[in-house]
Amino acid sequence: MTGPTDIHNYLAELEDIPGTRVFTAARARRGYHLNQFAMSLMKAENRERWKADERAYLDEWKLDEEQKQAVLDRDYNRLLDLGGNIYFLAKVFSTDGKSFLQAVSTMSGMSLEDYSAMMIAGGRSPEGLRSIKGDN
Amino acid sequence: MARITAGVACSHIPALGVAVDLGKTEEAYWAPAFAGFEWTRNWEKAAKPDVVILVYNDHATAFDMKIIPTFAIGCAEEFKPADEGWGPRKVPVVKGHPDLAWHIAQSLILDEFDMTIINEMDVDHGLTVPLSMMFGQPDEWPCKVIPLAVNVVTYPPPSGNRCWALGEAIARAVESFPEDLNVQVWGTGGMSHQLQGPRAGLINAEWDNRFLDGLTGDSDALRYIPHIEYLRETGSEGIEMVMWLVMRGALGAATRMLHRHYHVPASNTAVGHIVLEPI
Repeated sequence: MTGPTDIHNYLAELEDIPGTRVFTAARARRGYHLNQFAMSLMKAENRERWKADERAYLDEWKLDEEQKQAVLDRDYNRLLDLGGNIYFLAKVFSTDGKSFLQAVSTMSGMSLEDYSAMMIAGGRSPEGLRSIKGDN
Repeated sequence: MARITAGVACSHIPALGVAVDLGKTEEAYWAPAFAGFEWTRNWEKAAKPDVVILVYNDHATAFDMKIIPTFAIGCAEEFKPADEGWGPRKVPVVKGHPDLAWHIAQSLILDEFDMTIINEMDVDHGLTVPLSMMFGQPDEWPCKVIPLAVNVVTYPPPSGNRCWALGEAIARAVESFPEDLNVQVWGTGGMSHQLQGPRAGLINAEWDNRFLDGLTGDSDALRYIPHIEYLRETGSEGIEMVMWLVMRGALGAATRMLHRHYHVPASNTAVGHIVLEPI
């Protein structure tokens, strides 16, 4: 034990990182059915039904309309805002035949080509992206 | 008596597994990432562990959002490679060591670590990629494996300090097992990477290398790094490095480095790898 942690301060800091949605309890609760829907695509028979009629498949799940639309749009940043977690959302883009590199590049707002080149050149620097409040 | 003879850490990037499975490890993009594991593959042939306690995280495979264990230990006879959405990896079934696993589970609970016990589970790339990196492509894995799954997906994950202390408790458990077994502890995941949002692609080679430095020797400073530092400095998925601290904690007061490797990138991620022995 390193001494008690102030939960309010802990959670506030998690929201202070630019361009990042940490998968907190609040997001996990918001996205429960979204993530469980995505998880269902682990099964081949579900993937077939999903591919045949995405909208009908989504309607079997307790997602709200915003979440459903963001899934249909493959808008991954929006899905993160709506409680999606990347490891669950990965079931959606894997079913689309996309790799982590392809899907993740769409969230960065860069083309796959530019994003891949950035990674080969050593990745994105944390400089200026550590803290919103601290502006560093 | 069972004894912990070495600790190994490495990234468990799924694309590394894909490169192995599709025979791409010699390609220009992948070769430098794999080159740093040749030493270890040879070393493991001589080290011949009987059992590896493999600390990893499940990536929405065996565990969905229904149940989120913080620390879970696999006590089954065997663990099948999971279908992660594109069919299971064609790698050998992972054989467990139920006698040692149950001994460790009981010992940890008596030592006040309230473990979740798993009797049936498929294992994803988090567990099978490190086996491929260290053992190549054998028909059978050369040792038994005890999966130890850590929640690093839903916040809060366990603290680095708690992970280190769990490693210390694992060492006590192994030392009290009567059979003569050569046991390694592996910590997997990391290093810096962020797989989400506009900040995706973050890499911090300087921080990662300081972390690798800190695993060697007699300092325990790494156990006190708070979650927020991993997040700010190494990306949202860099938090996986707390799992390396379970391995480090299990090696006792001081370590000696046998081998070290670092390469950027593999897909979205910094590949880190270290082999340590207790002194």
